[in-house]
Amino acid sequence: MKQVFGYPESLQTRPNHYCPGCTHGIIHRLVAEAIDELQVREKAIAVAPVGCAVLAYNYFNCDAQQAAHGRAPAVATGIKRALPDRIVFTYQGDGDLASIGMAEIVHAANRGENITVIFVNNAIYGMTGGQMAPTTLPGQKTTTSPYGRDTATTGYPIQVCEMLSTLKAPAFIARVSVHDPKNVLKAKEAIKKAFEYQVNGKGFTLVEVLSTCPTNWGMTPVEALKWLENNMIPAFPLGTFRSLEEVSK
Amino acid sequence: MAERIMMKGNEAFAEGAIKAGCHFFFGYPITPQNEIPEYMSRRMPEVGGTFIQAESEVSAINMVYGAGGAGARAMTSSSSPGVSLKQEGISYIAAAEVPCVIVNVARGGPGLGGLTPSQADYFQAVKGGGHGDYHMVVFAPASVQEIIDLMYEAFVTADKYRTPVMVLADGLLGQMMEPVVLRDWEDLQIPEKPWATTGMVSGKPQSVINSLGLAPEELENLNLRLQKKYRTIEENGVRYEEDGVEDAELIIVAYGTSARVSKSAIAKARAEGKKVGLFRPITLWPFPSKRLAELAEAGKRFMAVEMSAGQMIEDVKLAVNGKTEVEFYGRYNGAIPSVTEVYQAIIKSFDNREVQK
Repeated sequence: MKQVFGYPESLQTRPNHYCPGCTHGIIHRLVAEAIDELQVREKAIAVAPVGCAVLAYNYFNCDAQQAAHGRAPAVATGIKRALPDRIVFTYQGDGDLASIGMAEIVHAANRGENITVIFVNNAIYGMTGGQMAPTTLPGQKTTTSPYGRDTATTGYPIQVCEMLSTLKAPAFIARVSVHDPKNVLKAKEAIKKAFEYQVNGKGFTLVEVLSTCPTNWGMTPVEALKWLENNMIPAFPLGTFRSLEEVSK
Repeated sequence: MAERIMMKGNEAFAEGAIKAGCHFFFGYPITPQNEIPEYMSRRMPEVGGTFIQAESEVSAINMVYGAGGAGARAMTSSSSPGVSLKQEGISYIAAAEVPCVIVNVARGGPGLGGLTPSQADYFQAVKGGGHGDYHMVVFAPASVQEIIDLMYEAFVTADKYRTPVMVLADGLLGQMMEPVVLRDWEDLQIPEKPWATTGMVSGKPQSVINSLGLAPEELENLNLRLQKKYRTIEENGVRYEEDGVEDAELIIVAYGTSARVSKSAIAKARAEGKKVGLFRPITLWPFPSKRLAELAEAGKRFMAVEMSAGQMIEDVKLAVNGKTEVEFYGRYNGAIPSVTEVYQAIIKSFDNREVQK
């Protein structure tokens, strides 16, 4: 019988620890599928962040290093420079990448490191219990912005793709979402493209994936998907911000 | 063939590392060690290696973590305030058991401090510095030749025990020039590293470089393993130099630049018949406690000479364990004691002894 659907080889078959309705599971699967399809699993080295995805090394079926909070792009730089023919990717959340790790991501992008960054933005600190993130929306209530994010004192959500697109070196930067099947397919396409760029040695690639956190948003999974669509996408417009291919066309 | 050339201490750290098979350097500018990254930026392309001027000390140490975890001989260098920034990474590296070398060409502190030589980073180097129960091996060279030799030792030790190794010097050693012999080491074979994250090629089981242990027993097991390793290093890795301790009544304990100054002061006091010797720890961790305890048992008195308010003296006192007297002479943070000062401290120690008698 022909198998039409199954576990990607790049995912381990153990259950994950993510909360019900969290979209990390979907994003893990998309990354694994992309790695499978490009047939680079044996060459892949993941860098896990600090945050909800800290245990990513238990889920991706490839070698992995766990990095200190925000430092994943620096760790990935070290790995890639030591092993240039390997496929090195980081998987980071918004607190990790856009707050404590802002220096590391900007400079890895600016050096044009030939790595792939999967940036999961759910507008909140998940692992630590729902504190305000650099991508928290104005007015959004979190455990450290209990009256809603006040832009007068805490600023505005940081748009990472737009910011990194001001740099010359990056090869591919895109923002996608996983709130419905159509967008999941688009997300998959972008993630695969990013890895493909790396395989072809084109330089720094980043895919920002808008994601939900039903637990810390205080919503049901379905409400969370709706909230993402209605609130996050206007603040973080989807699209491709940099693509060397399109530039060269 | 080995040639004899003049070399600056900082360049010796760099060339010593390259001679030891290190092809990955990640660093950030800070005085008084800037010649190290500058030299590396020039030399690494010549040997097919990698030099990255990182965006920060924090990034530099994490690049070392990545490259070391991927199996490469990797290093970073910095000076005191920069080494403080690296402590997070060093703690992770120790926990994840990633071999690597960190050079600290120390300057005066605390805070931004000054640019002049200091030994006030002893505590930071040997007592942890970062969080958690860990140690790194700390070598303390006292000459430019020893810098080169210990850089090799540092990489070999790092690989042997899967541990971070620090080579701790002060700004004077980094800045001075001396004649050196650049050896080509016979045993440059980097050991097999099946644990490294090199990819699951040809069915290799998954390698994970990690310091997270969420289950209490998992974390305790990691710590038990680390402590066992530290005991092995304490058993086998202690290095020191002695000069004239056998007949000495007073032994000066000093490392690095302080040991050089003390050596001259001791020669001067010896010429006047004072029975004084030198004990120079070459490894600051593991500290040569056993040997110092033996010497204390034999009735020797001690004086720690340091370019700090007195840090290594605590380890000397722990080793001596109250059996004999331990005095101190130090200049703080940026000041180098003169031969005359140390000589006078030695004479005063003997004079006080006479009065007591």
